[in-house]
Amino acid sequence: MTMLPTEVVQDNADLIEAIDALVARYGNDRSALIPILQELRQQRRQISDVAMQVVANRLGITPVDVQGVVTFYHFLDTKPTGTHVIHLCRTISCAMAGMESIATRLENELGISFGETTPDGFFTLEWANCIGMCATAPAMLLNRQALPRVTPDEASELVARLRAECLAQRSGNGANGAAHGSAHGPADGNGAPDRTSGASGPPTGA
Amino acid sequence: MSVRTPMTLATIEAEQGLRAALALAPEEVVATIKESGMKGRGGAGFPTGVKWGLAAEAPAPDGVRYVVCNADEGEPGTFKDRVLLSELPDLVFEGMTIGGYAIGSAHGICYLRGEYVYLLEDLEACLARRREAGLLGRDVLGSGFDFDIEIHLGSGAYVCGEETALIESLEGRRGEPRNRPPFPVVSGFHGAPTVVNNVETFAWAAAILARGADWFAHIGTDRSTGPKLLSVSGDVERPGVYEFPLGVSIREVVEAAGGGEAKAAIVGGAAGTCVPARDFDRAISYEDVSTGGAVIVVGPWRDLLEVAENLQWFFVNESCGQCTPCRVGNIKLLEGIRRLRAGELSRRELDDLVGLGHTMQIASKCGLGQAAPNVLLSIIEHYRAEVLGHIPVGAR
Ligand code: FES
Repeated sequence: MTMLPTEVVQDNADLIEAIDALVARYGNDRSALIPILQELRQQRRQISDVAMQVVANRLGITPVDVQGVVTFYHFLDTKPTGTHVIHLCRTISCAMAGMESIATRLENELGISFGETTPDGFFTLEWANCIGMCATAPAMLLNRQALPRVTPDEASELVARLRAECLAQRSGNGANGAAHGSAHGPADGNGAPDRTSGASGPPTGA
Repeated sequence: MSVRTPMTLATIEAEQGLRAALALAPEEVVATIKESGMKGRGGAGFPTGVKWGLAAEAPAPDGVRYVVCNADEGEPGTFKDRVLLSELPDLVFEGMTIGGYAIGSAHGICYLRGEYVYLLEDLEACLARRREAGLLGRDVLGSGFDFDIEIHLGSGAYVCGEETALIESLEGRRGEPRNRPPFPVVSGFHGAPTVVNNVETFAWAAAILARGADWFAHIGTDRSTGPKLLSVSGDVERPGVYEFPLGVSIREVVEAAGGGEAKAAIVGGAAGTCVPARDFDRAISYEDVSTGGAVIVVGPWRDLLEVAENLQWFFVNESCGQCTPCRVGNIKLLEGIRRLRAGELSRRELDDLVGLGHTMQIASKCGLGQAAPNVLLSIIEHYRAEVLGHIPVGAR
């Protein structure tokens, strides 16, 4: 079992509280690990090094065990995601139905490549493997909801609409004096990137 | 909308199968499934009744056994389980309950792929309704049998469709396949006897109990009984879910979907095989061309190597990395296909690629790596001229 240094506990009270709530809900058995990580990722948009250590501590396993799991699954990741996550299916039936032109359009509209998050923190663009929407290809997941038969123009419109929403929300938050220049939930202290500068490097371990 | 033929499963009366099962002894339920001849609808084709019988007989020291529904539908080109879970979730859960009764299990787990998270709410609501109606929970329908189902959400990993990887994932680990034996029916989730079946298998199990083993056994062929749901996509006018009796010719399926011109069909998805149009009289069945349900139709204007490249990338991306033939082999095959498409591969290197593919088929640890070269090898075998056409004359 990993011990948590006092300053880590102090600096991450909020994160630890969130994890303890999840452990209370799912239990501290190893089989609760993935549900806890899924929920944590959902709530905080990333699974930081500190988060992995705290989860390991609570479940009585090693941080490396937790990291091994986090890096194995497509929907778990140590990198923070943007407010909106787009997974474009790149598998065969979608590829045959014009996936490539959607991919190019998304990259151009967002100004990033697959696997990246926009500097403003609004969008993360990822590939998905077949998402079971092959009869209505090309398809994508937007924030894990399936969108069938996407056209390149729809992809452009979608990005424009979501970006406008994010900007409106951000200026709203700004008026309320939000400390972070981002439109999304709490970032975990340790190594959380400043999204306005576009940094998305991995969190550095405590 | 995406269901193109009437679905027999939609005509099965609710609770009929479960009531019929509870009126029998558990062994008789197993015997009924055995008599139906049903083999697993996920594609591997293991007889479901035999699987249930093994799990029922396996020693369970503390009396715990598990029934797991494999809803990790990740095979490219397959979506019939999503349709079943959206349209007929009750029947799927009813089949799981019957399975629980047959093997002496009180615990059902539905492993839902992370890509289908948007189905979760409706599925939970369905389970709640079933509990309310006395179809789940303590004393199911007053029979004295207890059974409940929980849904476990996957996190995106194709390999978790392999049953031992799925169990690893349920236990909170990386989804790396286990060595077999022991098989899950003997030692599965938390070491307890565990039956893992596909979504469609459970739905048909409920139908078999409702309509009788004979009804099912008379559909299809001797060794491939019953109807099968097929997911048809690709270069067709009417993609969607089709129901056909097993033994149906590939031609009939392709024509029904409006893919008459097709040059080939990838049957069984990325792990399947490429069947050329001249072989479309071959049957979709366990004894001929086996599939979990995917039929991807390829139009005459397509470069088959483009298909091969796409599917090889898929395996590079989804290999769990545990064993070398699969981890490295897939990367080498992908490189080879790319070089072939760029006209940089010699005949000799092409032969080496085929040799590597055969090695992967026998030396990979699990079904993923063993199946990963299939589509490429079948394309090279059946489309010799087309493939050689990618090699400059001097290098052939
Ligand atoms: S290939 Fe894209 S959803 Fe199946």
